[in-house]
Amino acid sequence: MISITVQESDFDSGLEIKRLATRGGGAMSSFIGQVRGDGKLVVLELEHYPAMTEKALRKIAVQASNQWNLHGITIVHRVGRLKVGEQIVLVCTCSDHRQAAIEACSYIMDQLKTVAPFWKKEILQNGTENWVEERQSDLEAAKSWRD
Amino acid sequence: MSHELNLVYFSWVKERIGREQESLNCPEDVETVGQLLEYLQGKDTAYQFVFADVTKLRFALDHDFVGPDASIGRAKELAVFPPVTGG
Repeated sequence: MISITVQESDFDSGLEIKRLATRGGGAMSSFIGQVRGDGKLVVLELEHYPAMTEKALRKIAVQASNQWNLHGITIVHRVGRLKVGEQIVLVCTCSDHRQAAIEACSYIMDQLKTVAPFWKKEILQNGTENWVEERQSDLEAAKSWRD
Repeated sequence: MSHELNLVYFSWVKERIGREQESLNCPEDVETVGQLLEYLQGKDTAYQFVFADVTKLRFALDHDFVGPDASIGRAKELAVFPPVTGG
């Protein structure tokens, strides 16, 4: 079972994890990304390509399902204006064994960083606005799964 | 035969072009994404600036990632945007 949600509002990670746990299996793995409070960041604005986002996320989840034996995957990604400390993304995987759950969760995040159509804009204390640039380390992490 | 193509832009590409989307009559002799960008650059200086370096851009045809050499074919929508930064 694959559940994909893109929303402006916050999510309840505990509820999402519990919901996925009902799929059975002995291992759950989850990752939560939140707005980093370093520097002079006030707000992170997340834009996305609505017509493509769910399709791109589902493709990543299907790829993970093909590689690992999973009972379910939940992906929740927020868009809009997010303050420091707010949750951005949740990835949760459920499997019979921990290695599959952990690896699939890590794989999904690595792919999401490079092929899901989201863009972050930083709004700083002094009013400056910067579009975040892609990071080489993210590209390498995503590529490492294919090597 | 020429056909209608919807162009959509995101992030700084959208801001610099000054539009979220537009409809274009894709000329017959334009086959690839790269050729379409060249054609647009000849039409307007805003495109010239934004499309100058294709290595800084990413493309999706009908919601699938493609490279600049991809054939447009009968696609309905071409998205142009910088590398993604979600998560």
